[in-house]
Amino acid sequence: MPWLIELLKAIGLAVVIFTFLAVVAAMLGVYLERKISGWIQARLGPKHIGPQGLLQTVADTVKLLQKEHITPRHADALIFNVAPVIVAVAALLDWVVIPFGKLGDRVLVVRDINIGVLYFAAMASVTVVGIIAGGWSSNNKYALLGGLRSASQMISYEIPLALGILWAAMVAGTLSTVGIVDAQVRQGSWFMFKLPSPIGWFGLPFGILASLTFLTAATAEVNRVPFDLPEAESELVAGYFAEYTGMRFALFQLGEYGEMFGMAAVATIMFFGGWTEPHLQPYMWLLVTLGCLVVAAVILTTGLRQTLLVRPILMLAGLGLLLSLVMFFGTRAGLSQVLPSLMWFLAKMFALVFFLMWMRWTYPRLRLDQLLTLSWKVLLPLGLLNLLATGFVLTVWGR
Amino acid sequence: MGELAAFMILSLVTLIPAVVVVTSSNIVRAALSLVPTFLGVTGLYVMLQAEFVAGIQVLIYAGAITVLILFVIMLTEGGTGVRTRQLNDQVPLGAMAAVWLAFVLIVIFTRTGWPTAAGVLPAYNVVAVGNAFLSDYVLIFEVTSVVLLVSLVGAIVIARRED
Amino acid sequence: MQVGLTSYLIVAALLFCLGLYGVLTRRNAVAILMGIELMLNAANINLVAFNRFVAPAAVAGQVFALVIITLAACEAAVGLALVMAAYRSLETIQVDEINLMKW
Repeated sequence: MPWLIELLKAIGLAVVIFTFLAVVAAMLGVYLERKISGWIQARLGPKHIGPQGLLQTVADTVKLLQKEHITPRHADALIFNVAPVIVAVAALLDWVVIPFGKLGDRVLVVRDINIGVLYFAAMASVTVVGIIAGGWSSNNKYALLGGLRSASQMISYEIPLALGILWAAMVAGTLSTVGIVDAQVRQGSWFMFKLPSPIGWFGLPFGILASLTFLTAATAEVNRVPFDLPEAESELVAGYFAEYTGMRFALFQLGEYGEMFGMAAVATIMFFGGWTEPHLQPYMWLLVTLGCLVVAAVILTTGLRQTLLVRPILMLAGLGLLLSLVMFFGTRAGLSQVLPSLMWFLAKMFALVFFLMWMRWTYPRLRLDQLLTLSWKVLLPLGLLNLLATGFVLTVWGR
Repeated sequence: MGELAAFMILSLVTLIPAVVVVTSSNIVRAALSLVPTFLGVTGLYVMLQAEFVAGIQVLIYAGAITVLILFVIMLTEGGTGVRTRQLNDQVPLGAMAAVWLAFVLIVIFTRTGWPTAAGVLPAYNVVAVGNAFLSDYVLIFEVTSVVLLVSLVGAIVIARRED
Repeated sequence: MQVGLTSYLIVAALLFCLGLYGVLTRRNAVAILMGIELMLNAANINLVAFNRFVAPAAVAGQVFALVIITLAACEAAVGLALVMAAYRSLETIQVDEINLMKW
């Protein structure tokens, strides 16, 4: 019975992905978030459990597992219990189409379905149903307001998000995630910088505009600051999950971080070349090394060293220094692939996650009307115009 | 065997929540039951090898229309969603009409010899759908986009508060 | 055993009749809209099924299904805007209480 084997395979893969994401996305995500927020606000962040506080999230999870499940009085118990599961499952289902890298000729992806990025957008849009259901069923006015805000926000930002996805699909000529990365391999550079061959580097403004639109919409879609109105702590307690306790609360967190990592992953695939290694000349890598050295030297020798705020920059400069040195010697030695593709994918994804966290802890929250204005009057026209212009350019000069 | 099992499961996933949608006395539960119904229909589309339609179905129906409906319910019913009476006086009549129509339709469907063709769908049918939209059905495409624009403007004008 | 065209048509017919029942018996305008959405979905299943079994080479059925999904979105937006407007002026969305024009 082949279908039974297929089903078992699917379930097995789902379990693997679930554990992987629960560990990586939620645990590491929460840890990184607390560390980075600490750096940015000149604090230390979690420090006591494990080396450098690495096991803090594990401890938190164990604590959450022990907590009692409280269902508020007069709450709709069925919907209240199902809502976090919807959010978590929808966020995890995103990952089915994400290719992590290449092992020999085999692409590391659960399923390369031919509507890949559309599937991703569809799954991301289902999350909001869980959020609004959780908000309503809590029987709490703050939770309800959080759910309603979330609904209006996610519906508004789904359109610029879909326009970004459409842009990448149009340039690549396919909706499959693996196909989009392959198209970037064929043209030799990321879609953010370059369009297919006759246009080449002239495509730079289109690519940058598209990726910025997508990233802004993605930040809003996963309800993060500066777009975190649904869970604005200072006005709504905790928004739609104000009444949730224990593991159900953890499922909402898992959903949120799973979704955020998913958005970063899909942005990596569509605009930053996915698992491919950037091909630069050795001297370019040397320039990058020098740049990182200069930044680090400026920080270390001037008064900037005293402020905790520059720590993430210093850390990034250090990482960049290491990476570019490895790449310099690798490319000098004539290797075609210096580092494994999985590492490149994870590095790009975590860079984007870092960017999102940096944004979160730097900008203040927007007002609701500013939020909707940004979506409908800025991102939507920009996305549409960019799509039109890119299509025009591709039809007239390309193909 | 597997296909039949999948079809049965998907049909049940579609139809059972649909019964909840039309009978539940709690309007929010009814609206949330739309989600499994739409997802079941999505599964049927996948079985019919219409992947693109399936993706759009989840994106538009499950992700947008349901949320819009929930949004309006919460703005109008004071967020409670529970009214004493959701059904009107036409329940017997409505049930009769629905059962009768179902009976007639099923009899017709089973008795008709449908002219089935044995061809295969284009393997990558997103491209086929796109080409069809911009060649044979370009008029429909354009008219639909005008309708979209009109309904966008119309919805804003109707829903706007009069100052 | 293969699942044929008739099975899909029967599921669609049942879904359509459930939608019809909802439209005929509900008092709440939003619930009536939900019934209409079910009926549109049933029609879509039919279109896609006919596409698959009757004319697989052409994708006309899928094109029509996509058009219907678009129009359903329009219909939901305008319909719900009307419901909001009615609620604002009459403070009810029960259709049998909206009877200002009734003599």
